[in-house]
Amino acid sequence: MHAKDIYAALERQFPGQVGNFKADALEPYLTVEGSAIVEVCRFLRDSAGLDFQILSDLTALDWPKEEKIQVVYHLFSYAHNHQVVLKVDLPRDNPKIATVEGVWKVANWFEREVYDLFGVIFEGHSDLRRIMLPEDWIGYPLRKDYVEQEEYDGISTQRAPLVEKLLR
Amino acid sequence: MLFDFANVLVFTALGLGFVGVNLLIGRLLRPSNPQARKLSTYECGEPAMGSAWVNFNIRFYLVALIFIIFEVEIAFIFPVASVFRRWVEGGAGVFALIEILLFIGILFLGLIYAWVKGDLDWIKKVRV
Amino acid sequence: MKPLINSLPETVFTTKIDDLLNWGRASSQWYMLFGLACCAIELMQTGGPRADLDRFGAVPRATPRQSDLMIVAGTLTYKMAKRTKLLYDQMPDPKYVISMGSCSNCGGLFQLAYSVCKGVDKIIPVDVYVPGCPPRPEALTEGLLRIQDKMMRERWLVKPSRPVEEQAGT
Repeated sequence: MHAKDIYAALERQFPGQVGNFKADALEPYLTVEGSAIVEVCRFLRDSAGLDFQILSDLTALDWPKEEKIQVVYHLFSYAHNHQVVLKVDLPRDNPKIATVEGVWKVANWFEREVYDLFGVIFEGHSDLRRIMLPEDWIGYPLRKDYVEQEEYDGISTQRAPLVEKLLR
Repeated sequence: MLFDFANVLVFTALGLGFVGVNLLIGRLLRPSNPQARKLSTYECGEPAMGSAWVNFNIRFYLVALIFIIFEVEIAFIFPVASVFRRWVEGGAGVFALIEILLFIGILFLGLIYAWVKGDLDWIKKVRV
Repeated sequence: MKPLINSLPETVFTTKIDDLLNWGRASSQWYMLFGLACCAIELMQTGGPRADLDRFGAVPRATPRQSDLMIVAGTLTYKMAKRTKLLYDQMPDPKYVISMGSCSNCGGLFQLAYSVCKGVDKIIPVDVYVPGCPPRPEALTEGLLRIQDKMMRERWLVKPSRPVEEQAGT
């Protein structure tokens, strides 16, 4: 199915909650309202003709100037060999969204990673904790305003002076 | 005859002495630096959690049991083999042979039983 | 019984025994496999057939309890640093550390990262640094030979009559 047909089907089913369809990008994407994301995902997975059985990736982007964190869902269908990208804008000071773990089990780890690196809270997640960084790490590293801590576990994080100069 | 026992005593003394001297040399030459972290239980870098006593598979016990039975059987056959020639020269060779074959036969029946019952399989097939 | 370390006078006999002990230790350095990243592949190859570490008596051990050399091969992250320290502490004396590759020397390629520990010498004392990314097996072998030299210079039975830079038991 072509990307615009997928968008048309979504517009029919969820009027007003999807928008901003960009067709001529390398991977066509559309924006979804945060409150409707679970229903949209379930519709995309279950309806015949769409059959997006696979959540390829779930990441996030930090837009500090526009004061938002954008969570990105990459969906793929083996049955029909088509893909679509969903983007959800969340307010930067309180990024919360419902979890899609009930739709695709793999979202468990993807959402833990996004929580680990961006601080996005996924409501309804069964086990939301840091996945790569140590449990007692302070801060969300992939945010643009992340400041490293001076010391972790007694180990100084200071680099050699030449390297500090390189680090902007 | 008591002199032969002195052989055994010297052997034992030399064996124990060798071990003792080596351990003593080790004790004198090695550094001894016990620290709390060094003596902690090894668990691939993490602090140890849980008990080290876990249930082990009962199959190992079965294998060991069957092994010990047939090992003892072999141990009983060795003296028979060493005096067999004397019995044959004495004329009672057939009697000795039948005796020992009877012994092996009884234990062989036990082996067949264990085999048929599936106790020799690592994964016992249970007929549903 | 107290060990006889550093307690005997310096005679021909005791220094020769020291040399014998050091030769025995240097010719059988059992290294702990501590491959963390890509340098681990070169570490494996150094133990492999072409550049054989086994001819120097160095065999890999998986546990710190049976090893006297720790080859830190690869990038050390802060998450791993705690475990590395514990594993180093669990090695019996006398122990040595080779830092293999730039990542464990100084953080290497990833010094700008937030999660990388800038060098393994921030947590454990290192004896030999082997530079490279990754160092060739010949380079790592050279590092092992330097540790052998370091071991041969140590004094065990002999009482140090003047302050020396290497003492037994360190």
